[in-house]
Amino acid sequence: MEVDSVKLLAMALAIGLGSMGPAIAIGWLASKGMEAIGRNPEASGKVQSQMILAMAFCEAIAIYALVVALIIKFV
Amino acid sequence: MEHISISSNVIFHIAGWPITNSIIATWFAMFVIVLIAYFGTRKIHVIPKGMQNIVEFIVEALSNLIQSVTQDVKKTTMFLPWIATFFLFILLANWMELLPGFSAIIIKEGAENVPVLRSMNTDLNSTLALAIISVVMIQVFGITSLGFGAYVKKYLNFSGVIDFFVGFLEIISEFARILSFAFRLFGNIFAGEVLLLVITFLVPIIMPVPFYAMEIFVGFIQALVFSMLTIVFMSMATSKHA
Repeated sequence: MEVDSVKLLAMALAIGLGSMGPAIAIGWLASKGMEAIGRNPEASGKVQSQMILAMAFCEAIAIYALVVALIIKFV
Repeated sequence: MEHISISSNVIFHIAGWPITNSIIATWFAMFVIVLIAYFGTRKIHVIPKGMQNIVEFIVEALSNLIQSVTQDVKKTTMFLPWIATFFLFILLANWMELLPGFSAIIIKEGAENVPVLRSMNTDLNSTLALAIISVVMIQVFGITSLGFGAYVKKYLNFSGVIDFFVGFLEIISEFARILSFAFRLFGNIFAGEVLLLVITFLVPIIMPVPFYAMEIFVGFIQALVFSMLTIVFMSMATSKHA
């Protein structure tokens, strides 16, 4: 295999496998958030803002994987 | 296909310093902030109207955000200038990436085509600088409000073996915060720009519109996350927890 094809494969695998974990984490967070809002609709403002913040944290891990993929491709 | 490069390209030199295309966009964002500040505080009325109203709304919203985390008016006044600067600067830089002309006006530089304007946060140098400023200010606020001895005791704790290792891990996590801040912001905005370039290249007619909407949302969320995390770390650093 030449270097270029291995690079393409590596880039695809990096972002593909790297976003599985964060996807599960974000879905889990969202489900717990919905549950909390459904149980107590008055606290929905507070729950929502904390949920968005926690989702941004999880998203950051997927972004690290994306950065590695971009570095493999373009550097 | 557009030439996509992770590092930004040097456009010209001023007195030996290379000026890259993201620095030009940074100046643009700084100029807009100074304009907003100038027009918002020109003639101050007791009952605000016009530009002053908008500026007061923004400052009050940020102040309520900080207050909801710190629950302490003195700390809120101490943190507000820094948090407001981070939030507004990053928000404006992220939203400016969507204006027509950014990454679109091309000049020929040697053998390749190079854009003249490129959003500030697509350059890892800018996000690393913001992250370093944020973490250094967290330490400064911790030291000024707790005193040097009490603050260092959080990290170098000689009262037991486990406490010493916990303190050591705290030091490492401070450095990890710099990297995490920088890469979160850089990755989100750079990936957004690459996505917009690719979509515009593939289907230029209607398809870019939902991606532009997502970029507006992502730009706002990243500015908010950066500021919220800074607030949370600052209030953790200035509180004496048992």
